Formats: sequence, C-alpha cells, structure tokens
Amino acid sequence: MPKKYDVIIIGAGIVGSLVARFLSKYQLDILLIEKEANIGMGASSANSAILHAGYDPIPGSNKALTNVMAVEMWPVLSQELGIGYSRCGDYVVAVTAEEVQVLEELLARGQRNGVAEIEIISGTEMRRREPLICPDIVAALWVPSGAIGDPFAATVAAAENAVMNGVELMCGTAFEDFLMEGNQIIGVRTNQGDFHCRWASNAAGLYADEVMHKAGVRPEFIIRPRRGEYVILDQAEFQLTQTTVIFLTPTDKGKGITVSGTLHGNVIVGPNANFVDSKENKDTTTEGLQEIWEGGNTLIPTISRKHIIAQFAGLRATGNAPSPDPALNYNQDFIIEIPNNVSGLVNLGGIESPGFTAAPAIALKVIELLQNAGENLQEKPDWNPVRAPRPVFRNLSREEQAALIAKNPAYGRIICRCEMVTEGEILAEIHAPIPATTYDALKRRTWLGTGRCQGGFDIPRVVAILAEALAKTPEEVTKKGGQSEFLYRSTKAVDQDYLNMEALI
Amino acid sequence: MKRDYDVVVIGSGPGGLAAAIAAKENGAEHVLVIERDVELGGILLQCIHNGFGLELFNEDLPGPAYAQHFIDDVRGHGVETLMDTMVLDITPERTIYAINKGLGYLELRTRAIVLAMGCRERTRAQILLPGSRPAGVYTAGTAQRFVNVEGFMPGEKFVILGSGDIGMIMARRLTIEGAKVERVLEIMPYLTGLTRNYVQCLLDYGIILEKQRTVNRIIGKDRVEAIEAVSVDEAWQPIPGTREVIPCDTLLLSVGLIPENELSKQAGVLLDPVTNGPFVDDRFMTNVPGIFAAGNVVHVYDLVDWVTEAGYVAGKGAAAFARDKHVEPGEHIPLTAGENIRYVVPHKLDKARLAEEQVRLQMRAIAPIEERVLVTVEDQNGEVVAKKAGAYARPGEILTLAIRPQAYELVQKATGLTVNVRRR
Ligand SMILES: Cc1cc2nc3c(=O)[nH]c(=O)nc-3n(C[C@H](O)[C@H](O)[C@H](O)COP(=O)(O)OP(=O)(O)OC[C@H]3O[C@@H](n4cnc5c(N)ncnc54)[C@H](O)[C@@H]3O)c2cc1C
Ligand SMILES: Cc1cc2nc3c(=O)[nH]c(=O)nc-3n(C[C@H](O)[C@H](O)[C@H](O)COP(=O)(O)OP(=O)(O)OC[C@H]3O[C@@H](n4cnc5c(N)ncnc54)[C@H](O)[C@@H]3O)c2cc1C
Repeated sequence: MPKKYDVIIIGAGIVGSLVARFLSKYQLDILLIEKEANIGMGASSANSAILHAGYDPIPGSNKALTNVMAVEMWPVLSQELGIGYSRCGDYVVAVTAEEVQVLEELLARGQRNGVAEIEIISGTEMRRREPLICPDIVAALWVPSGAIGDPFAATVAAAENAVMNGVELMCGTAFEDFLMEGNQIIGVRTNQGDFHCRWASNAAGLYADEVMHKAGVRPEFIIRPRRGEYVILDQAEFQLTQTTVIFLTPTDKGKGITVSGTLHGNVIVGPNANFVDSKENKDTTTEGLQEIWEGGNTLIPTISRKHIIAQFAGLRATGNAPSPDPALNYNQDFIIEIPNNVSGLVNLGGIESPGFTAAPAIALKVIELLQNAGENLQEKPDWNPVRAPRPVFRNLSREEQAALIAKNPAYGRIICRCEMVTEGEILAEIHAPIPATTYDALKRRTWLGTGRCQGGFDIPRVVAILAEALAKTPEEVTKKGGQSEFLYRSTKAVDQDYLNMEALI
Repeated sequence: MKRDYDVVVIGSGPGGLAAAIAAKENGAEHVLVIERDVELGGILLQCIHNGFGLELFNEDLPGPAYAQHFIDDVRGHGVETLMDTMVLDITPERTIYAINKGLGYLELRTRAIVLAMGCRERTRAQILLPGSRPAGVYTAGTAQRFVNVEGFMPGEKFVILGSGDIGMIMARRLTIEGAKVERVLEIMPYLTGLTRNYVQCLLDYGIILEKQRTVNRIIGKDRVEAIEAVSVDEAWQPIPGTREVIPCDTLLLSVGLIPENELSKQAGVLLDPVTNGPFVDDRFMTNVPGIFAAGNVVHVYDLVDWVTEAGYVAGKGAAAFARDKHVEPGEHIPLTAGENIRYVVPHKLDKARLAEEQVRLQMRAIAPIEERVLVTVEDQNGEVVAKKAGAYARPGEILTLAIRPQAYELVQKATGLTVNVRRR
C-alpha cells in the first residue's frame, strides 16, 4: 500500500509554499510538488515585490479581503521567517485633473477596504518628500501602510520552514492528472509517479486553470498570461531620495508603472501589462522596454538608460473568475474555494497581483476551508514557526564580517564582486534544508550575479562550486534545470599517445 | 603579517605588477600587491594568444608569457603579494580593508596606493538586448576564461555581437577548438577592435563580419536556440525587411569594457564621465593625494605595453609620495580633447615634468579617418608642441604620442594643451 498523504500541494510559488507552511502547524502528512528544478521560479520570482496596502482591489472581492487581511500579517511573518520587510509607504501621483479624480476614487476605495491613514497630499508636499519627482505633479495619494518585501526569499523561507516542520518537498515533479474515484480525488499522477492523498491543493499559478480542468472544475475558467517587463538601475548610480514606491495613476491597463526602491537597494522601474500568447513567454521586448521607460521617465525625469543593469519580465496569472458576491460584477477575482462538484480539492486560481501580498491570508483561508469541510485539524505540539535567517555578508558590520570569517573561512572569499557574495553564503544555500541546485536558484537566494557585471565574474566560479558540492561535472551544472547547461564539453584533449612519444624521445 | 606599507597596489595585472616593480626600484621599502584571483597576472592569464610585447620588447608573446616576465621581476624585487584576497574598501586616508580565507579580515595602512583593478565587460542589459533569458549568453571575456583557464567549451555554434578585440580573438579560438562561429555582428559602420585582429582572427579563418548589423532578440527557453539579427541605419534604428533568425546555441557579447572603479569612488576619487576612469595627472595621481591609478582602471587600453609603461609611471610617483608624504604641487596645465578626439589621458600635465622625462598621451578618435592623419598637441595659440603622423585614425585603436623633453621651453609658455587628429 503506497503512502497516503493528507494533503498534496501542487506548485511551490509563494502561495503553495505559504499554504504548506501554515498547514505544517497541524498533524498532517503534506507533500509539496514543484515541476521546476527549484522552488519559486514562477511569478513569485519576477514581480514588483510590493506589499500592497489594499486601496486598489474592488471592495468585497477576494482580492480586497485577502490583501487587507495580509497587510497586518507580514510584519510578524517576516520576523518569523527571517526575511526582509520595509514599511516604506507608497504614493500614487497625478498630473492632470482627471488623474486627481482617480486618486479620490482610490482614497474612497481604500477607506472602504479599511486601509489605515491613507490621504491625499499636495504636489508641493510630494516634491518636498521626493525632490526628484516630475515637477508637473499636482497631487499624490500617500499610503503609509504600503511596504516592500522580497517575494523570492519569502518563498524559500516559507517552504524551508514547512520542511523543517515535516512537509516533504519534491522538485522536478510535475502534476499531470488527478487520480479519482468517482468525484473524489484520491491522489495525483506526476512525471515521477503516482501519489495518494485525501486532499489536493491547486497552487499552480499560471497553470491553475489546466490543473482544475483535470478535475472537471470550472471548465470556463481560463488564465491568460499578462506580461510585465522591468528594468533595474545600478544602485551605485541612482537612488531615490527616500526608499519608497511611486506609482503613476492607474489606467485601464494596469496599476500603472512604478519607480520603486527594493530591499536589495536597487531601484526598479516597471511593469507594463500586455497579454501574451504563451505561458512561457517571459521575453523582454524593445517596445515594452520603451513603454516602461517612458512611464518611469514621467515619474522621475532624471533616470538614465546608462544606469540600467538588468531587465526581466514576469507573467501574471490573469483569470476570468467572477467574485463570489455576484453583486460586485467583477470578473477577475482570486478563486479560493472547495468546489462542490468534486471532493478533495482546495482550489486556488487567478492569483495575480496582489497575490504576493495576499498569499499568507490565502493560506489562512485554506485552513478555514478545510475546517469548514469537517477536517479536525490538530496542532503539533512542537511546531516551530521560526526559520532563522542565514548571514548576508554585505549587510554586516566590519566586526561582524571579521567574526564570521574567523568562524568559517569560506566567508572570506568573494565570489560575486559586485554584490559582495561570499563562498560561505553560496555553500550555505547549497546545503540548506531545501538545497539550491542551480545557478538561478543561487542567484535569487544570495543575489549573486545581479549587479553591474551580471555574472560575468562569478559564473565560472559558481559553476565550479556547484559541480564540486553536487558531485557533478561542470558540464552537468545548469542555469535553471532542464537543458540549461552552461558548458558543452572539455576543450580538445591532448593526445595521450603524443605525450608518451614525447616522453620516449 | 605586516600592517603598514609604503605602497600597496590593488590588482596584479600588467599595470599593477609594473607599478609594484617601479615602486621598489624608486626606493619604496615595503610594497604589497593584493590580487583577488589565485594567481598573479590579471587578465593576461586568459589571453593565451600572442600579440603582447610588440612595442616594449619587440617580441610577440602570449599573454601569460608576458605576465610571467613581470611576475618574476616582482618576486626578484621582494615585493610582497597576497592572492585570493579581495579589497572591499579603501579610505581617502589610505586605510585598506580586505578579506582572505586564511588570513581573515585585514586592515592595512599605507602611504600610497596604486589602483590597478582593470576593467569589466559591458553586459546584455547595458545594451538593452531583449528576448528570453536562457543559458548561453556570455560576455566574450567570461567565455575566454571558460575555454582558456577552465578548459571547457561554452557552446558549439556561436554568434558574436561586437567586433571588439576579445570577441574577434574568441572567434578564432573557438574555431580552433572545433566550434562554428556563424557570424560576427557589429552595430557600428566600422570595426571597434584592432585591424590586426580582424585580419588574423576573422579573415584568416573565413569568419563573416557584418557591420551595421545587430542582435534584435534572443530566442530559446533553457538554452539559446537562435538569435534574430537585423540591419540598422546610422541612428541604430532597425531597417525593415532585414531580419534574419540565425540558429545558434551561444551568443557572445564583445560590446565594450568599463574601467572598474567601485573602490576608487569609495575613496573619493573623481571619475571622468568620458573614460569612466579617474582624472589623473601625468604621474597618474588622482584627485586624492597619495592615490594613483594605472592601466585599464584609468581608461581601456588596447596594447598591454602602454599599460606596463603607465604602471611604471604610477609606481614611481607612488614611491615618491610615500617617501615625501606629498608631491610638489607643481604648475599643472590641462590637456583637452580637440578636433575629432574623444578623450586624452592624462588629464593634466606638470610643466616641470618635461625637464625629467617625456610624457606619453593616449587618445581615442571620435570618427574614423581612412587616410593619412596628423595628430598634434597645440598650445592656446595653435603652436604645435608635439605631433605624430599616422596612416589612419580609427575609434577602435588608441592613438598615442609622447611630448618630448625638447618641447620643454614651448610648454612653459602654455596655459593649456589641446590634442587634435586631422587629415594631413
Ligand atoms: C509583473 C508582475 C508584477 C507583480 N507585482 C506584484 C506586487 O507588486 N505585489 C503583489 O502582491 N503581487 C504582485 N504580483 C503577483 C504575484 O507575483 C503573484 O500573485 C504570486 O507570485 C503568485 O504566486 P503563486 O504561488 O500563485 O504563483 P507562482 O509563483 O507562479 O507559483 C506557481 C508554481 O506552480 C508550479 N507549477 C505549475 N504547474 C505545475 C505542475 N503541473 N506541477 C507542479 N508544479 C507546477 C510553477 O512551476 C510555479 O513554481 C505581480 C505579478 C507579476 C507577474
Ligand atoms: C581579452 C583581452 C585580450 C587582449 N589582447 C591583447 C593583445 O593581444 N595584445 C595586447 O597588447 N593587449 C591586449 N589586451 C589588453 C591588455 O592585456 C590589457 O589592457 C591589460 O592586461 C590591462 O592590464 P591591467 O593591469 O590594467 O588590468 P588587469 O589585467 O585586468 O588586472 C586587474 C587585476 O586587478 C584585480 N582586482 C580588481 N579588483 C580587485 C580588488 N577589489 N581586490 C583585489 N584585486 C582586484 C583583478 O583580479 C585583476 O587581476 C587584451 C585585453 C583583454 C581583456
């Protein structure tokens, strides 16, 4: 009789990882599966990293409810998980009278959603707070409860805390189908074999529609990938006066381009919002970069293309699900449900922005749904909510750095010269409870290769470290799993016979 | 280990090694070279092709052989060296903070510093190259390190963007290793590297160079599968109907080098926005007293010989500063870029200096002139202080010229000197 899990969670983005982490509190056998070689490589690795205050979503929608509920969870959660969090506040700025109108709508919506201390300030006050802002600004919405986080670190830390508390994680494991008995889910079929369970939780991000369709749920629900492109500016060359988040007034197309500080110190500009044909199309485009650059320049006229050090794109899982409250007439809501036509499915879908922010609240909703479905959840007596952070060399004082090297000499070798990432940090991630096994996983966890030289210096060194630590050949080391090897073969070998002949002569 | 030095050199490329030797030869007692790599020699160690030493030794050496000459000299002179050691910070008061696995966190004091950190390569992001983000996009120098130092091939089928020297040298190297270089694309209407490299690395191996053509998009999920090339007009705008998808597994970028000055900035060294390197005088001292700079950290050289020469000058200056704890302020006049010149290094000249020795200037032209040219150094009245004839002027090749001691009298009357390159 194969092992039967209580819950199998499909997809280890921020949503699946936090669902795993909050469920790990209870006496449940949980399996978290992820199709990629490492966790958190989907939308959770490529977004604006903003913890939205909650003035944007339609009042009463799942988006609004979970967003606002999560705002108060993040300070505690980031403490427990040992990850960065900064409540720096955010601004939405208006240039025209019509845009001021929109600010007023946002203010009213924010107040209805219960967002604290939200107010409209004058253009003069905005310019005083951020002298770099476009001089044409006439007013701004100021939202002190807006914050920035680190979605990738949050995903890793949440999953790691789940694993510490007994959750099993399998990467490189893709869901293919449900095993059903009538309308009861009894397991999942993956490319790594079948696994039995009482509950399956759909947290597959962009692919959540395809997953639920396999169970016959919501055949009309479709996710259309909507791409957002970004550029990152060199922190040594450009900084905002204060680290904060500044939005252009939203239009029909999206929340509006943002110029925003990040926890890593760089300023990020983006995103735009364009539907694309494929769930894998994370290309950046000339037109898209032009579009975000124009938006960024409208906000901060002094940003310069010369300061761009990186570009990337992420895909929003934009769905077409109506809000549970039909009176809202809103058709782009989060799905958070146990559907009534199948048993054993906790169904999440359409988790686009503000999905990073809302994720911990979504996880609590999942618990509530299970309890309402009659699960008698028993807390584990030894559940540990704390996942201690690992040292980040560049953030330490000289004395702390010296002490760290004295304790572990691997922290005395810099591997990434721009972001000052040490061999010690890299080895710590490779040997972490959830091992980083690819270059991109190391990059997102340690921030190596994200600076001015974009890996030019560290790639050969990291390939060597990964090969040794994973007992692989350098040709087997990959950028992000799959067929993404860095190296093809050795250079031409020296002919051994020739060398022997030389020796004879 | 010691914590107090006369001269500390940061970086052990040809610039740093020459500076250390010169410092010793000019009386500095305690000289230290700090290098973050595990060996001395800098970028030369991965330049296993020949073409080094033509100007200085009249010999055609591979990079490591050229470096070895100076490594031996450094050892012979009793210069201390610290390898696998990264300098993290320097202060204007010349305290150096560095880390090393074995020695831990180091805090060193020195009377003079020579910055010789070399340069880094421009990346995909800096040229805003759109498309997907697969494995298989490398800067040419990273690929060179993989092939020549680590012994691995980063691909089999290459497109190279940019006709810089490293890119062309890698085109030949990869071909010798059995790979196929499909194309070298250059966005400019002219070559950006040395003509000699075009002949020896591309022409001789039948590798196609297409000018005014660039990469428009990178294609591929896990690994590069193709790139889309496009022709551009003078304003770099794509020309409709010229797109071509070129299947390949690797894209190498040889799109420019940028002096590596993060440390310099921390010490308050001012940088020239044109060269991206420090403003220096004819002794290669920066605006911060006692902090000198030499080699690619000042501006990107194309010939190693001039890097070595600059290292000697900087090392000598550093030794004098360490001895006297200052430099005679002297009377400096500015050296400025004139007709068709993008920049001149050094940025200013001590008028008295010519009494001791010649001063070499390095310049880059703005636009190519494909006929005989004359480079002139003129004073405020247009009087020629130094001149040199050439067969052509190309932006990809540095122009160099020395102001000789014979010009001493003329220079004393000058309030500023301007460098020009014109048709003869
Ligand atoms: C451009 C952009 C900007 C954004 N900005 C913000 C913001 O500022 N603030 C905010 O709160 N939110 C923002 N969001 C939204 C936020 O990023 C997402 O809502 C959140 O990351 C969704 O997390 P997730 O776990 O549902 O999805 P994902 O992170 O995509 O995770 C889903 C996981 O499921 C895996 N998976 C898929 N199919 C299978 C399968 N068959 N088998 C196994 N595993 C599978 C995937 O590989 C992936 O790892 C933004 C999104 C984008 C794209
Ligand atoms: C690929 C390539 C091919 C070339 N081919 C030719 C040729 O054929 N002929 C020719 O004449 N010239 C050639 N050149 C030019 C010439 O080799 C270079 O200009 C010269 O090597 C530059 O020397 P450098 O001392 O300024 O810098 P580098 O040789 O780059 O040395 C800088 C050193 O500083 C170290 N460093 C940097 N920062 C730190 C820190 N914080 N702490 C400790 N150490 C640090 C680096 O590790 C490096 O070793 C070539 C250059 C390149 C890049």
